[in-house]
Amino acid sequence: MISAIAFYVFAAILLASACMVITARNPVHSVLFLILAFINAAALFVLAGAEFLAMVLVIVYVGAVAVLFLFVVMMLDVDFAALREGFQRYAPLGLTIGFILMVEIGLTAVNWTIAPAAHLAALVPTPEHLANTNAIGNLIYTRYMFAFELVALLLLVAMVGAIVLTHTDRRGPRRQNIHSQHDRTIAQTLTMVNMKLGDGSRQITPAATKAEPDKETAQ
Amino acid sequence: MSIGLAHYLVVAGLLLIIGIFGIFLNRKNVIVIMMSIELILLAANINFVAFSAALHDMMGQVFTMFVLSVAAAEAAIGLAIVVVYFRNRGSIEVEDVTLMKG
Repeated sequence: MISAIAFYVFAAILLASACMVITARNPVHSVLFLILAFINAAALFVLAGAEFLAMVLVIVYVGAVAVLFLFVVMMLDVDFAALREGFQRYAPLGLTIGFILMVEIGLTAVNWTIAPAAHLAALVPTPEHLANTNAIGNLIYTRYMFAFELVALLLLVAMVGAIVLTHTDRRGPRRQNIHSQHDRTIAQTLTMVNMKLGDGSRQITPAATKAEPDKETAQ
Repeated sequence: MSIGLAHYLVVAGLLLIIGIFGIFLNRKNVIVIMMSIELILLAANINFVAFSAALHDMMGQVFTMFVLSVAAAEAAIGLAIVVVYFRNRGSIEVEDVTLMKG
């Protein structure tokens, strides 16, 4: 009973905040409602028994993706009022397509049943004696190892791509140019000057000490 | 009044429709379009988790994790492109993006 009430509350807040995401005037409010939607979806995941995914949703989405959205919205100096110009113009088309889609989904939703033997076709039956996190860990580090590492590679590619896209080459700091260092020849940096013998020492040696040249060279 | 698979499917279906409606409603603002895509992917994830719980099959939850990673990568790359585009053009209106038009 109490889980049913919790489900309806969380689902209602989820759908309401999703509506606010797409209709809010200020994009910062949109992002904040998106965070609320994700938190309520995480609560729905907990009710369905998927605690690990609920925590991942909170950490990854609320902690990373939504904050990234917030950064971008606040960093770009965009006139968001101008971007809402066609709001009323596009609404009827969107409502029509949304309504058609809803009717289609509804028609599908009332016309299906799960086959009685469906549990026999389960790829990985949920283990009874393990916690949710343990069960997922057992799967992704054994049976779905390849897919898991592929996803890790995908995240690496995404990270490198984002850095390459947004990185600007600033001229401020001086960087080491190894090629120019290696290509340097002696002639470019060093000049040989032909000096007469004793010419340099004669300049720095005061005239008074000229009488004892042996003492000077000994020091 | 127990909560079954159908309840979750209705919520996910409505969330999907809200996300698609959001794409049509905010045709100019690419950031809100990306948030709508996140909502659509969230609806898919709710479906995966609901079926996983109803059929006692862990595969759905494993796959949800992969969907989450792909969605995070998509958001990172998409926002990077938006930032670069804004730096070059000073606007993020989707209708202005006709540079590659023949």
